[in-house]
Amino acid sequence: LRGVPDEAGVARRGRSGVAPRKKAFRPHRDGGFFICFAPRAREVRAVSKTLEEINSRIEKGEAVVLSADEMTELVRSEGAKSAAKKVDVVTTGTFGPMCSSGAFLNFGHADPPIRMSEVWLNNVPACAGIAAVDVYVGATATSVSEGISYGGAHVIQDLVDGKRVKLVARSPGTDCYPGKSIETWVDKETINQAFLFNPRNAYQNYACATNTSERTMYTYMGILLPSCGNATYSSAGQLSPLLNDPYYRTIGAGTRIFLGGSTGLVAWHGTQHSPSVERSPSGTPKGPAGTLAVIGDLKRMDSRFLRGARFHRYGVTLYVGIGIPIPVLDEDMAAFTGVSDSEIVTKVLDYSEPVRAREPLREVSYAELRSGTIDLDRRKVHTAPLSSYSVARRIADTLKGWIQEGGFLLSRPVEPLPGEGGMNPLEEREEG
Amino acid sequence: VAKKRLVLTFPPEVVERPVVSLMIKEYDVVTNILRAEVHEGEIGRMLVELEGRGGDLREGVRFLVEQGVEVEDAITDIRLDDDACTSCGACTAVCLPGALSIGPPGWELELDKERCILCGFCVDACPIRLITVKF
Repeated sequence: LRGVPDEAGVARRGRSGVAPRKKAFRPHRDGGFFICFAPRAREVRAVSKTLEEINSRIEKGEAVVLSADEMTELVRSEGAKSAAKKVDVVTTGTFGPMCSSGAFLNFGHADPPIRMSEVWLNNVPACAGIAAVDVYVGATATSVSEGISYGGAHVIQDLVDGKRVKLVARSPGTDCYPGKSIETWVDKETINQAFLFNPRNAYQNYACATNTSERTMYTYMGILLPSCGNATYSSAGQLSPLLNDPYYRTIGAGTRIFLGGSTGLVAWHGTQHSPSVERSPSGTPKGPAGTLAVIGDLKRMDSRFLRGARFHRYGVTLYVGIGIPIPVLDEDMAAFTGVSDSEIVTKVLDYSEPVRAREPLREVSYAELRSGTIDLDRRKVHTAPLSSYSVARRIADTLKGWIQEGGFLLSRPVEPLPGEGGMNPLEEREEG
Repeated sequence: VAKKRLVLTFPPEVVERPVVSLMIKEYDVVTNILRAEVHEGEIGRMLVELEGRGGDLREGVRFLVEQGVEVEDAITDIRLDDDACTSCGACTAVCLPGALSIGPPGWELELDKERCILCGFCVDACPIRLITVKF
């Protein structure tokens, strides 16, 4: 079956959300995966659980829940089969800078009513190109007065923290909305709806960045010192949600998740979702692949898990905390959730190369990155994370607690994430 | 034997003269240059740890001042707002002496002030601006 395109597998898995019995998905060396008929005939009792069975165990307070790094240890010591029997749910977590984030807000109507066409929140422009008093605050929008030291992400955090935010809006005025300008203060109590809606979060793996040039670079991957003076990475690795369900068997639109300290939902596959990339034997992609669009009630969030930030000489971003529970339906899911940092590989890219497709300098595992140094060109290069592993762990543990207490049931995806697809480049064209 | 941590500022007209070297030779001061840089306008700045007999050290520093070098006590103070820190690790990327570090098992940010050379790179590298350094 080597080399056989995997449309069949994706279509079948896609419709049911769960791999067919007696067929296991094995990663393919060339990046896709293919169906192999696992020798299950001789196995007397293959482990197989339904989501309903797991949920009923959660409701009874009987579910066995482990965080993803605990699962890694268990699978390492006892193997996937034994782990599949013992464990019902594995909780994941990540807390990193996720620029593609923002919040929809509805302010309520003023008297006289105004159809806001230009809006600023604490001097940060919000997108007002929707209905009269609805706006979208993008995380990376920057203050017109303070530049990149304050932006949309900080407005979002201030709202979460219950702070009052200055609202300034202008309008040309219409017959039905005569108001032309307003200046007032709003907070999460006065706002009608405030929901986070992030078009691309929880990247399934990301590159490791370094800089071979002679000058310091200020990037969204942090400060990159000259001559490969350092290398930064930004993934929770073995704790990261989509690296624990590499083929999206259990995570899809409708999956209930931990988002910013409260519960949220996977709304859709995220922008730039591109699962058809080269993968490791563990099934995990060797670079950015799947992404999630997520949604949740901003009013119930907590700034320990949703934090405005700025990268020096680059711009503003939002640190977003996401945790996703993964049901251990069978041995394959136990193996996937048991993945370890040594099996997850990414590529080291030279960010001084100003082109779209950078040639990787080398491949590196998260175990190596987490050791503190990697070898680059026969030199030891200092590595640093940008996403917080300790907060990621806290998220996975918090979600574990919610599930153990019976207050958080697992949801079956309403719609699976696409199992195939790449990314279109943007070409500059002469005419439309 | 006395020890001092000082910040030396060299105006443009002094930058090209080997004043530190002369001080070392003339006054027998053990000099550890922790950091040196030339800023815009050709102003040089150096963080040094000087060690010598009390009199020598005093005389050596006086020599630097006579040569036009501005001498200030290094305020060995880097401050981190621990409560708000998320231990993301971004600051550790630029901390070459390893004063700021993160690693297993807890992956919580640790600050070893003894190793800090007050370079201030971490001030810019912290995405939530929780570090202040006086240099």
